[in-house]
Amino acid sequence: MEEKIQFCKGGGCTAKLGPGMLNRVLECLPKGTRDENLLIGYDSHDDAAVYKVNDEQAIVQTLDFFPPMVEDPYIFGQIAATNALSDIYAMGGRVLTALNIVCFPEKMDLNILGQIMMGGAEKVQEAGGSLAGGHSIVDESVKYGLSVTGIVHPDRILANNGCQAGDVLILTKKLGVGLICTANRVGEASEADMEEAIRSMTTLNKYAAEVLYQHTVHACTDVTGFSFLGHLHEMLDGRWSAVIESKDIPYMEGAYHAAEEFYLTAAAQRNRNHVQEFVDFGDVSFAMEEILFDPQTSGGLLAAVDANEAEAIIRELQAIGLPARIVGQVTDKMEKEIVVR
Amino acid sequence: MSRIVVDAIGDACPLPIVKTKNVIKEMKSSGTIEVLVDNEIAVQNLTKMAKITGYPVSSKKLEENKYLVTMEVTVAGEAQEPAQAPAEAEAVTCTPDARKGNKVIVISANQMGSGSEELGKTLLKGFIYAVTQQDELPKTMLFYNSGVYMTCEDSPSLEDLKSLEAQGVNIMSCGTCLNYYGLSEQLMVGSVTNMYDIVETMEKADLLIKPC
Repeated sequence: MEEKIQFCKGGGCTAKLGPGMLNRVLECLPKGTRDENLLIGYDSHDDAAVYKVNDEQAIVQTLDFFPPMVEDPYIFGQIAATNALSDIYAMGGRVLTALNIVCFPEKMDLNILGQIMMGGAEKVQEAGGSLAGGHSIVDESVKYGLSVTGIVHPDRILANNGCQAGDVLILTKKLGVGLICTANRVGEASEADMEEAIRSMTTLNKYAAEVLYQHTVHACTDVTGFSFLGHLHEMLDGRWSAVIESKDIPYMEGAYHAAEEFYLTAAAQRNRNHVQEFVDFGDVSFAMEEILFDPQTSGGLLAAVDANEAEAIIRELQAIGLPARIVGQVTDKMEKEIVVR
Repeated sequence: MSRIVVDAIGDACPLPIVKTKNVIKEMKSSGTIEVLVDNEIAVQNLTKMAKITGYPVSSKKLEENKYLVTMEVTVAGEAQEPAQAPAEAEAVTCTPDARKGNKVIVISANQMGSGSEELGKTLLKGFIYAVTQQDELPKTMLFYNSGVYMTCEDSPSLEDLKSLEAQGVNIMSCGTCLNYYGLSEQLMVGSVTNMYDIVETMEKADLLIKPC
């Protein structure tokens, strides 16, 4: 195969529209008549839509697709699928079916598409779901993702804004994949750093979710394009504050190095512009600030859990090999919404 | 003072920064860099880089989708020109930075200087210790011929070399030499390198220090 995947300006979740821009558009859309059974729609900034079918069952719907952030088409397929499936877990659900979303240039080698979809199909299988079809269009550059349908009990939905003062915040994956992929695009990431980032991006949040579902979780979201602080800001919902311990943040060494070398994305700066007014950084290093604003592709789950169960949850998450850490605590509303110290 | 223009119109982040860093790397003396970019986010990222690095920076919008970021770059080791903002300039030179400059130390034997072997070994141990105490650490330390004894088991300098490695110094030992002395399994610090890397590292060095 002589063709390589066409590299876009920024792959993965760095390709997302900025949160500020998106809000302006969403606020203008007609809401229509309110359907009582639509438990979670886009007015709540949540990870997926949840629709109650009956008292026992609610459907979780989500879709995610983006341009490649790695050169290997098979790995790209795995990452895109892992990222799309993640929203189901962030809502407390399990995966039922998935549909492929494909944009592919007419002249490119079809084997590349085959490898992308192979990677995606394997992840859907690992998630316990069925690939049920899809839609593909001709486009100038490659994009791939999934539309996923899951199921959840209406009483056990994990909204992203249900946290309470005193909750302990848990993060299940290391931060920094955006920075590492950016350094890699300009040839400045080491092989080991890329491997670590890929391993993280292809790890299903299924395993973390299965631990969390056994405990008292008040709020949950997956950390993706809007960065750790962006998603935390949404979780706090204007009603709570949080204290984050920067020394406890799990992050990839390569990302710290990339930030020190200023391999900075536009998306991270957009996140900073959107959220920085809510954040008070103590004497946190510049590189750590960048890591906290770094857009994550297929990032981990951020959960607000009952303080009494936090230690047990961490033990169980670490026992299955996840780099999960307690990263801070939810508090009553303070002057600054988020204090990083 | 020199003035260099970097055209990064049409470049997505992080390319404007990468281009600017490459220009700074080539600068022999202090000067002004003007970076042209086509979006505000790139202006913000360049400004962050300049501020963190300690370069005075300003920016303006020239027209729609055309911005100019100006930074005053000070090259380390050069006398400050009075026109420059003294506070920032001082902050730059006062910060010890392990990665500043490309200083390479070459250890080509297991002793320093010619004469008594016992004294030569003591001197080399003292030399390597003294390196750890410098404000500006070397970027790379190359070990070849009997110099590779210093990076292997039983070397008196292992602790010092490990500490240097932890601070970002590349410790590289010649693979052929390790083989020759039967030390391949005994390497305790750093990585193995080859003659191409050795030549390239020496060629790219700003300063090559060879105590033995």
